[in-house]
Amino acid sequence: MTRNFKIAYKVVIILLAILATILLSSVILLILGADVWRTFYTIVITPLTRVGHLTEVCVRAVPLCIIALGVAIAYRSGIVNIGAEGQMAMGILGFTTVALTLPDLPKPVLLPFALFAAVVSGGLWGFIPGILKAKLQVSELLSTVMLNYIAAQFYSFCLRVPMLDPVEALSGAGTPQSARLTTNIEIGRITGRLHYGIFIALVLAVLVYLFLWKTSFGYKMRASGAERRAARYGGINVPSYITLAMVISGAFAGLAGGVELAAVHRRAIEGITNNYGFSAVVVALFGMLHPFGIIPASFFFALLIYGSTLTPRAVGVPANIVDVMQGLIIIVIVTVQMILQNSYLEDKVWHWYSVRFKKEEEK
Amino acid sequence: MEDKIKSLKMEHITKRFPGVLASDDISLNVEEGEILALVGENGAGKTTLMNILMGIYQQDEGRIFINGKEVRFRGPEDAFKAGLGMVHQQYMLVPNMTVTENVALGYKKAWKPFRLDLEMVRERVEEISSRYGLAVNPDAYIWQLSVGEQQRVELVKTLCLGAKFLILDEPTSALTPQETDELIDLLKKMKRELSIIFISHKLNEVKALSDKVVILRHGAVVFSGNTSDYSPSEIAALMTGHEIVLPENREPDMHGDVALAISDLYVRSDRGFFAVNGLNLEVREGEIVGLAGVSGNGQKELAEAINGLRPIEKGKIEFFGEDIANKTPYYVIEHGMGYIPEERNIEGIVPSFQIKENFILKDSDDEKFARHRFLKKKEINSNAEILRQNFDIRCPGTNTAAGALSGGNIQKVILAREITRAPKFLIAVYPTRGLDMGAIEFIHQELLKKRREGIGILLVSEELDEIMNLSDRIAVIYKGAIQSILHHGEATKKSLGILMAGLGNEEEKND
Repeated sequence: MTRNFKIAYKVVIILLAILATILLSSVILLILGADVWRTFYTIVITPLTRVGHLTEVCVRAVPLCIIALGVAIAYRSGIVNIGAEGQMAMGILGFTTVALTLPDLPKPVLLPFALFAAVVSGGLWGFIPGILKAKLQVSELLSTVMLNYIAAQFYSFCLRVPMLDPVEALSGAGTPQSARLTTNIEIGRITGRLHYGIFIALVLAVLVYLFLWKTSFGYKMRASGAERRAARYGGINVPSYITLAMVISGAFAGLAGGVELAAVHRRAIEGITNNYGFSAVVVALFGMLHPFGIIPASFFFALLIYGSTLTPRAVGVPANIVDVMQGLIIIVIVTVQMILQNSYLEDKVWHWYSVRFKKEEEK
Repeated sequence: MEDKIKSLKMEHITKRFPGVLASDDISLNVEEGEILALVGENGAGKTTLMNILMGIYQQDEGRIFINGKEVRFRGPEDAFKAGLGMVHQQYMLVPNMTVTENVALGYKKAWKPFRLDLEMVRERVEEISSRYGLAVNPDAYIWQLSVGEQQRVELVKTLCLGAKFLILDEPTSALTPQETDELIDLLKKMKRELSIIFISHKLNEVKALSDKVVILRHGAVVFSGNTSDYSPSEIAALMTGHEIVLPENREPDMHGDVALAISDLYVRSDRGFFAVNGLNLEVREGEIVGLAGVSGNGQKELAEAINGLRPIEKGKIEFFGEDIANKTPYYVIEHGMGYIPEERNIEGIVPSFQIKENFILKDSDDEKFARHRFLKKKEINSNAEILRQNFDIRCPGTNTAAGALSGGNIQKVILAREITRAPKFLIAVYPTRGLDMGAIEFIHQELLKKRREGIGILLVSEELDEIMNLSDRIAVIYKGAIQSILHHGEATKKSLGILMAGLGNEEEKND
């Protein structure tokens, strides 16, 4: 077997996976009676055709990227974080609290402080499942999902009672939202709604890479995740690294919430989290749990998410089609990983290939 | 289907993997009623060759003949239909199913529409077990069985499914010495009915069992002939390419200070009983104490307790005067403990990590490899390269995942790391289990070298030769306590065997 064959094999498998996803999605679109080609065109191509669309894609890519980086840290450390949705909500609340209570602080103090509050709130919400897993072996799959519900309800409560916009309270409309936050917490925009938060995401990706692969902290976390027994044997305090990983993961989600608020919404409203916390898990897996894979992956999924908002009008397909596609992508990723790990299958393909083509070359 | 396999021939088999020639023009031939031993060091290509024979891999060149007719196996199913059956090193049994149920998993004749004819399977199991003298209880659950019994189940399963030719991949590597003897007797009887290829690097077994031997080195046949014409040491020399002389500890007592003193230690096993039950033991600096015993008598729990990996119920472990009972693994490591664990594949290394990463498992914060917590890439790389050369670790490069190495090389990775960390004391648990002669020789030499440097070593082993060759003193463990301590020279295989079985000691009466 040659090296070139091995690389080609991987590429072909991945291309086949993409093809499979497209085919499976097509089947569903056909069942819905939609125009398959135009739907795909609307989701994947249209957003790339105009700067206005493109900036909207990037706006969605920023929180996806930041959260997915955190999810990847947790995953690499052996703990799955599907609680980013709740951690993000808590981050937004932390940010809002600081912005509402200290509106008069100068911007260079207030903005970092508010973002810090978002990081701490998210991190705290990650600490709970982390410590439960580390000390009591509580499954993080259960605890993070449950904490999502608690966070969502608490968020909803805060928007309706303690943080409710006084104007809304007076007018009696009662739309659950906070007052508009002071301009001292705003992150500036580059063009359209595209904001400087995109650089936060890119810088964090580099930092996460350095952290995981170039520091002893990252080394120990990865060791804990890769083989817990060996890590313990090696003197690594696995429970504390698992907890730390979850805290970092939550902090990233909290930060994503803070950035989203400071740059896009500028007041806490319902629906900011927008399922980013769940989509980011897919982004992290699709990006091979590596920062430099997560950047393109978050752009790609932002494309799908934004593209899907265009489909109801353009082709009459419900936006939920993207959720279906995300599900399909997860199934395909898992399958591809299984296939790529199967060296026997690879050997068979190689054999088939060498029988078919090598002989002819020799002649 | 009922035809016997009268001859099996592999001719000029060649198989290439990237950067490796796994099988290089190999030919072999087995006749009816013969046992062929396929021997070679770890990584010599024995298993690859058998995987080709079983259709799991496809050869690049070469042909296979059964009864003179060429066969092409596109997968294990084809090989199976032709009557070949393989028992792998790791048993493929479902622990919470009975023997009958495990056999039924592959026994398609019993798959009736909407039901499984377990009665029929059980009859088949009984028929096979009486025909070949393989005693198994068809209703026993796999988890209730010892390793030796599980292996018999594997054999029964393979035979029930119609194998007329057996391939056994290192069948004795997980067995106790007694179980090994039983298996050898059994296989000798079975060869009246069928032919066997048997992969091994334990030369006594090869000698005792096989008619013919084929020796592989680096993927090529270096020797093939009748077993009876050669002595074990001649085969060993052919296998490794040089004479093997296992080193012996013949040096005078160093009269060192006490390094490790364990008193009245109680440790629970996973199942909750006291696996270590009032154990007392002392090891001095510059001394190898061999802990002999049948595995499962508390050795594993003792080693884990000393290293902070298992809670201690009662008792003291003094390590250079400091009590390390119930301290963290980190604390114990920092106080100079080196530890070669029993589970080398998932405890001694992180399998998915590169070899070079595994070398710093205990030292990722050490100044040598990190500054302000930033890893020093150059030092890690050069350290890995040095260790690779000094310990003769055979790998494509130190970027390779450690889990992809063969057992012997994984053990060398662990040994290299533990020894070069300059520990003050070393605990080695079954350090040579499943390794070939060349690797055993190397590891024994390294252990003796450490002893000469004045390091105390607690050597846990069930290989009596190993214990007797290396130890200054031999402590026999039985049911979690030390039965007796013998000095080097006092012990014979026979006396150790009796003590290991828990017989012949006053303490037994007090029990």
